[in-house]
Amino acid sequence: MNYSTITLTVNDLVETVDVPQNMTLLQMIREKLSLTGTKNGCSAGECGACTVLMNGEPVNSCMVLAAECDGAEIVTVEGLAKGGKLTQLQDAIIKSGGVQCGFCTPGMLISATALLKRNAHPTDVEIREAIVGNLCRCTGYVRIVDAIKQTAK
Amino acid sequence: MANLKTKEITTNPIGASVTRNDVYEKVTGSAVYADDIQFGGKLLHARAVRSPYPHALIKRIDTSKAEALPGVKAVVTGKDFPNRIGLYLQDKTIFATDRVRFIGDPVAAVAAVSDEIAIKAAALVEVEYEELEGVYDAEFGASDKAPLIHPKLGDYIYPNFIFPKPGTNISNHFKIRKGDVNAAWPKCEHIVERTFRVPHIQHVPIETHIAIAQMDEKGKVTLWASSQSPFAQRNLIAHALHISQSDLRVIAPLVGGGFGSKAGVTMEAIPVALATKCKGWPVKMILTREEEFFTNFVRQGLTAHVKIGCDKAGNLLALKNTMYWDGGASTEYGVNVTRAGGYSSSGPYDIPNIENDSICVYTNHPIGGAYRGFGMSEMHTGLDQAIDELAEKAGIDKVTFLKKNGVVGGDILATGMTMHENGLLQCIDNVAKSLDFSKKEKPTSPDRLRGKGIAVMWKAPAMPPNAGSSAWVELAEDGNVTVGLGGQEIGQGTFTVMAQMAAAALGVPYEKVRIAGPVDTQYSPYEWQTVASRLTWSMGNAVRMAAADARKQILEMVAEAWKEKIEDLDIVNGIVVSYKSEQETPLENIVIYGMPKKNDEGWMGGPVIGRGSFMPKYVTGLDAETGQGPRAVVHYTVGCEGLDIEVEKSTGKIHVLKAAAAFDVGKAINPELVKGQIEGGFVQGLSSAMFEEIKLKKGVMTNPSFVDYRIATAPDINFPLETPYVEVPQDDGPWGARGVGEHPMVPTIAALGNAIYDATGIRLEGPPFSAEKIYLAMLDAGIVK
Repeated sequence: MNYSTITLTVNDLVETVDVPQNMTLLQMIREKLSLTGTKNGCSAGECGACTVLMNGEPVNSCMVLAAECDGAEIVTVEGLAKGGKLTQLQDAIIKSGGVQCGFCTPGMLISATALLKRNAHPTDVEIREAIVGNLCRCTGYVRIVDAIKQTAK
Repeated sequence: MANLKTKEITTNPIGASVTRNDVYEKVTGSAVYADDIQFGGKLLHARAVRSPYPHALIKRIDTSKAEALPGVKAVVTGKDFPNRIGLYLQDKTIFATDRVRFIGDPVAAVAAVSDEIAIKAAALVEVEYEELEGVYDAEFGASDKAPLIHPKLGDYIYPNFIFPKPGTNISNHFKIRKGDVNAAWPKCEHIVERTFRVPHIQHVPIETHIAIAQMDEKGKVTLWASSQSPFAQRNLIAHALHISQSDLRVIAPLVGGGFGSKAGVTMEAIPVALATKCKGWPVKMILTREEEFFTNFVRQGLTAHVKIGCDKAGNLLALKNTMYWDGGASTEYGVNVTRAGGYSSSGPYDIPNIENDSICVYTNHPIGGAYRGFGMSEMHTGLDQAIDELAEKAGIDKVTFLKKNGVVGGDILATGMTMHENGLLQCIDNVAKSLDFSKKEKPTSPDRLRGKGIAVMWKAPAMPPNAGSSAWVELAEDGNVTVGLGGQEIGQGTFTVMAQMAAAALGVPYEKVRIAGPVDTQYSPYEWQTVASRLTWSMGNAVRMAAADARKQILEMVAEAWKEKIEDLDIVNGIVVSYKSEQETPLENIVIYGMPKKNDEGWMGGPVIGRGSFMPKYVTGLDAETGQGPRAVVHYTVGCEGLDIEVEKSTGKIHVLKAAAAFDVGKAINPELVKGQIEGGFVQGLSSAMFEEIKLKKGVMTNPSFVDYRIATAPDINFPLETPYVEVPQDDGPWGARGVGEHPMVPTIAALGNAIYDATGIRLEGPPFSAEKIYLAMLDAGIVK
């Protein structure tokens, strides 16, 4: 197996990592950097549990090769709260009751964070479309959408 | 489980919507699920070798090439693990031994130093099969023409409330004979007779099944699993391996969605089997999403023939409900699904004459297991659409018809049990009011047809009669409380609700209570399983008793120290107070070190530990031929759902305008958690009604991915959903509470089917009610051209 050495920023920290060329960004985040907040639900880019920000855009990290991330800026769920202070969205999803089993929550928070960054006042339709790729089997999405709405206010 | 950093103090926790005690971890990515536990460089990766045939004899297995591959540490087959296991009917082995019974049946497994090597090694295991004729339809499978799938059914072990028929594919035949249906039909003014079919569906937890097993040099096994049933897994896997239950320790971190799929034992036994062959090495197995779809539990399919009649005034007189359940290759758990579908087959209706046959049939399909409210969604899908049609025939509006026949306290149920007080009629009223049900409303566009549908439900915890719970309560030097329990946090919020109950029973604020997690069978008290919506009620009783026991110990000590009577003392906000002498002392320190006697004469008390244990003792057996007995179940939770929808004439697509769901929860310990359960369950039910089906062709699942098996996404849920729940207390529930976790997905298919009928006049044979099916049916009926 050929390895690549890449340097990238993950949650504001510069990391240099040796990665096999077939390793995904998701595997690198979880296995090389031990950031296990990002989840794997399908390994096929269909469930959204592994969503992270790559250069500000939400991506399914199971569909990105780590070797392609040289120079990239990555944000995972662990990078949202700063100094123990939760973001408004994290606070809102707690208060609205938008978390049950919690397995979709990291990806959901990342997709919604990206939405609010590019569109501070999304419509209900825009909110639902922004998380269409993030499957949740517990909540029925009702309170997740509420949390995003409240944050956008 | 740290509480949220907060200064909030909740002094009256019962009925308060306190913040979940697991949520800070879940929003920051620090919550630990099974795959997040680090095992270091010795970790092995497991893969199963699975049958490509739905039904075949195993002629030969050769593992030598796999064993020779560098990096492979263990290869196992069924010959080393012949013990049969099963939660109810012991019809399953860890690996297929002499024959395979469905596509995906595990025949062998490998453990290797990397997943890549494990995949290669699994492909090197050679298995020679001799194909057999298969069974792909439950009704055919029940006939004497069908090939036998379990020829040794007569040798299997099962409890006395399961009725298999050796020499057939019928693994359970539950019957109800109440009154005389044949005498009742002539008295019926209106009769509806129809067949309904409910397809197999999948639970789709976002976290697929995962288990990691390790055996130490002395032969003691530790299993880390995403599990609803750490104690049942300890029991069943120990049995399969011929080891002591005490030598199998199950550690169960947070669960990323269960819905019944992670109850009992499924794939967890595979890494344990591998671990026995490579002592000291942890072995991890994770199901791929494709494996999750069909190699583990699914919800079994149902074909139901329903005949129901009422008199001129609309009083239900008779019901004949014959159900053929497509139980799949093993029905170790499924037999109880069909039993539950049988004893509850009347639905929450008062019907004097009932004949029910609930028949569980082996097929060469994926294995049916527990799925959220098992048996009930499937059974209600037919029953409540037939009721809807009967109401129309009788010329009575649907809400009136449901209330006229809805079960009330004192009614004699299908099994002979007397119904307890319940809020069904109020649930119906709440839903009707929420949707303005009697008002016929115009569609929002000329291309649309509008309709409203309503359906009721009931469900009892489906479990052995004596499923037990236990709990302990300890306090630390700072007066904070830790609750030990064995029920699992699978997203429903049980850790939060148990903390609320312990706080209330002890007399401390909610914020001072912690849950001892993760559940670990070595330290945690026993709990049967996290299933059946039983924890709030059953584990809640145990936790309440444990907290009350701790409280009693504290008050006895203080009463002795102060020379007062216990009746004059109380614990309020973590402070012991005397209403008589007006003395007070905080719990800090005295709960560990006790209290000094006066004049340095010695000490009283000591470390406080409260214990609680709860098991229902009043459930009776039912007669094998009539299904009659004094008390079939512990209790029923009842409810009602309704939808206001439009159907696009040009496409058949459904648009939900509004929905309402009301359930009698006894007492909402945490109202926002209750509403969250109802919303999530309703949407799961709606998803099953509109989109979901495991498409099977000769035993092959043709759609095992999220692209081809669609579940509801956020844009689908673009309507208001009201949840006006009802509280009629449960006599033996903690603070009157009973469960509601499963119930919200039970009536949704029938309610949507009734709404589609109201809008279009079309009654489909079964879900999913896809746009394509609706459009073609409208075309057939001449509604569209």
